Amino acid sequence: MVMGTPRQETEVAIVGGGPGGYVAAIRAADLGRDVVLIEERPRLGGTCLLEGCIPSKTLIHAVDVLAAAKEAARYGVTFGPPKLDLGALRDFVASVVGGLTKGVDALLRRRNVQVLRGHARFTGPHALLVEGDEQTTVEFRHAVIAAGSRPTPFPPAGDLPVWSSTDALGVPEIPPRLLVIGGGFIGLELGQVYAGLGSQVTLVESSARLLPGADPDLAEVVARRAGRTFAEILVGTRVAGLERTAAGIAVSVQREGRTERREAERVLVAVGRRPNTERLGLETLGLETDPRGRLAVGEDGRTRVPHIFAIGDVVPGPMLAHKASREAKVAAEVISRHPSAFDNRAIPAVVYTDPEIAWAGLTEQEARERNIPVKVGRFPLRALGRAWTLGRTDGLVKILAEPESGAVRGVGMVGPQASELIGEATLAIEMGATLEDILVTIHPHPTLSEALVEAAEVAAGTPVHVPPARGDA
Amino acid sequence: MFEFKLPDLGEGIHEGEILRWHVQPGDTIAEDAPLVDVETDKAAVTIPSPRAGRVVSVVGKPGDVVHVGQVIAVIEDAAGAPASASPAAPPPGPAAGAPEDRTTPPAAPASPASPAATPTPAPGPVPAAPATRRLARELGVPLAEVTPTGPGGRVTADDVRRFAERRAAGAAAPPPAAPPAEPGTAAPAPSEELAHAEFAAHAACTIPLLDIEPLPDFTPLGPVEREPLRSIRRKVARKMVTSSILVPHVAHMDEADVTLLEEFRHQERERRRGQPGERLTLLAFVVRAVVAALRDAPAFNASVDPLREEILYKKFYNIGIAVDSGRGLVVPVIRGADRKTIVQLAESIEDLARRGREGKLEVEDLRGGTFTITNVGPLGGTALIPIINYPETAILGMGRVQERPVVRDGQIVIRRILPLTLAFDHRVADGADAARFVNTLTRLLSDPRELLMQT
Repeated sequence: MVMGTPRQETEVAIVGGGPGGYVAAIRAADLGRDVVLIEERPRLGGTCLLEGCIPSKTLIHAVDVLAAAKEAARYGVTFGPPKLDLGALRDFVASVVGGLTKGVDALLRRRNVQVLRGHARFTGPHALLVEGDEQTTVEFRHAVIAAGSRPTPFPPAGDLPVWSSTDALGVPEIPPRLLVIGGGFIGLELGQVYAGLGSQVTLVESSARLLPGADPDLAEVVARRAGRTFAEILVGTRVAGLERTAAGIAVSVQREGRTERREAERVLVAVGRRPNTERLGLETLGLETDPRGRLAVGEDGRTRVPHIFAIGDVVPGPMLAHKASREAKVAAEVISRHPSAFDNRAIPAVVYTDPEIAWAGLTEQEARERNIPVKVGRFPLRALGRAWTLGRTDGLVKILAEPESGAVRGVGMVGPQASELIGEATLAIEMGATLEDILVTIHPHPTLSEALVEAAEVAAGTPVHVPPARGDA
Repeated sequence: MFEFKLPDLGEGIHEGEILRWHVQPGDTIAEDAPLVDVETDKAAVTIPSPRAGRVVSVVGKPGDVVHVGQVIAVIEDAAGAPASASPAAPPPGPAAGAPEDRTTPPAAPASPASPAATPTPAPGPVPAAPATRRLARELGVPLAEVTPTGPGGRVTADDVRRFAERRAAGAAAPPPAAPPAEPGTAAPAPSEELAHAEFAAHAACTIPLLDIEPLPDFTPLGPVEREPLRSIRRKVARKMVTSSILVPHVAHMDEADVTLLEEFRHQERERRRGQPGERLTLLAFVVRAVVAALRDAPAFNASVDPLREEILYKKFYNIGIAVDSGRGLVVPVIRGADRKTIVQLAESIEDLARRGREGKLEVEDLRGGTFTITNVGPLGGTALIPIINYPETAILGMGRVQERPVVRDGQIVIRRILPLTLAFDHRVADGADAARFVNTLTRLLSDPRELLMQT
């Protein structure tokens, strides 16, 4: 017999240890499956934990404290000028990430999930070759592809040392001038971080407005604030080319038919992410991706090859950790022959800008595009007591409901703590709640959560804190 | 425009596979002319057009599965005027993003064909809590077809259970005031049907040590053709798996000396040539004998309710006959077999077998059996071990009648021998019961005079 690579057998092989992969591993193990998880990076947690949500939210928190200290002067609390110890900030981010990734290790260990380090590639319908420090062949009955995504490369940058979101999260320095390419949520969040840390930030977005995925009335509130803290926001603007200069990088941008030039010490490219589906050996399985590199799956998470599942950023839908985790549980349950399905009606989206934006279910622009009749109740935070006490009245909560039944179809909000408030709205949509269900539920006073009740009242036509419309009817 | 929705095809049937369209878009069709052939789990049916007019469009091609309540054809009224009295229903519109929309048919307003299904037309997904959706998935209930009772048209868990219950009870009528069944017979209580629905959910759970390994890749070994498991084949597969996993089978075998019976039968056939029931088959006599034997062995004309731990003895005798339809096994049922003469039984068998082969059995022909006989004898085989037609408790397999040397009074004589196997559910009866039952059969079949006394 020829000596080959070492082989091992398992019921479930999971490719990727992010919030999709590790959750699938845990759920499958808890349902009695024998699980091997394969991770390319030295640490578990995936993009979310290592170079996404967790480090960025830690940084945003630090910057929020800086901003709050400054704002406190309005109500008579003043501090000396803030001093920033960049080393201590990096250490704090590292300790947060380190603590959480160790937590994931422990969770998997307690369930006897075997973790293999290396890059995994399918070599047959039931075999994966794992290439790390050593090579191993994993033979499996079911596989879950949870390989995640990476920042989309930006060809005009060529080999210039531009930052990706991963680089920016490491805060290697605070550049005097930072030019951000991309006005989506990553560009805006990181732009606000660096603006808060003291950079002069210029943001370039090719669409006509910032955050094209969010409803315009929500995005506008953030755009207005960013307009005050950023040096410049250029929408409807394309990047034509980049070149190195003595000070850093010069970017030529085209807008309204003119070509202009901007210069910055650093350029951050945040133009989106693409799925990691190229180097998985999918062709051996006969699986093809769509033009955007994604794998088609059914409600049960199966690809066209029924024993191969795919979850998270490698399948269609928003690239969000919580979506991946839910899909992970479905896949693990289906593998364990439970009648599970990804039949969720609302995947909450949160943008950790200042102020925060969050929405779930149907958006207004989607309702318009798809011609879905809805009635909309909109409530400005200016009319909410709790917002006044926080000194933050820029924002609104709106609720979209079916005109006849009042069933809640979507909720959008912008304002402080929107990320926390969207949970209730998501539950309402999943439960098939009606406006009445929300407005008879007593919400604590004074809280921001009252805004949802008020928006429901407006939609139902019975608002208390909004003056009656002076209709000419 | 008249939107024709796939009508109710009978108890427990929610979908069918399109076999063939009789018309194409643009054709004109007369009222009651054949529109489409649809094959359900139980039978193939030809659905007539409820209207005369021009066919504007049809939905689905042969092989596609269509759901009850789904619009399958649009017919323009002959006069050109709107034929439907229903006010313009909101168009289903572009599919909403929710995953359900991929699998459930668009919600339809009340259709004349199925008054029970009156889902509210809703532009969005059916409002229901995640736990309710999961229950619906477990019970195989299409949410869009459930009548909601919650506020804002929300489907509650109870609505889903009620739907499953009614489906199990075969009620096409609305839930309140279901008419009581014939007096004296045990009408299935709703809770009992619910138990069955829940049972189906239980069965979906993992069975310890049950391990369905993925198929190896056969393609390196040679060419492989894939065919979807569909329709009747799928129905047979489900029933057989259910029966073989749930029912502890025991097979009891014996032989019946049918020499005298066969002589008598051939004489009668000659005599009755040209009269109804002239194809006086051996099977007709076996049915008569089985009914007589069942009267003394109620356990073989029963069902087990494993959840309630009860045995249901049926006081009626509907004998199923396994028929090779050409597209798979079907089991049409002779209803009230105890009230039919042998000639009437022979007529029924001939009629059911012919329609089975032609694919013309009605759904009603296929339900309500209490005991099944499978007669593969004419095709060959000396002995067989049949699988019980769940949820019955016994099945009789008939082998081939052959002339065989046997010993009678110390002499070797040639007799015509019919091999018989009774497979029975050991939960409800024991070997001794089976022996007595089969002894009765062999005694009745060995002497036509005995059989005569039973009629």
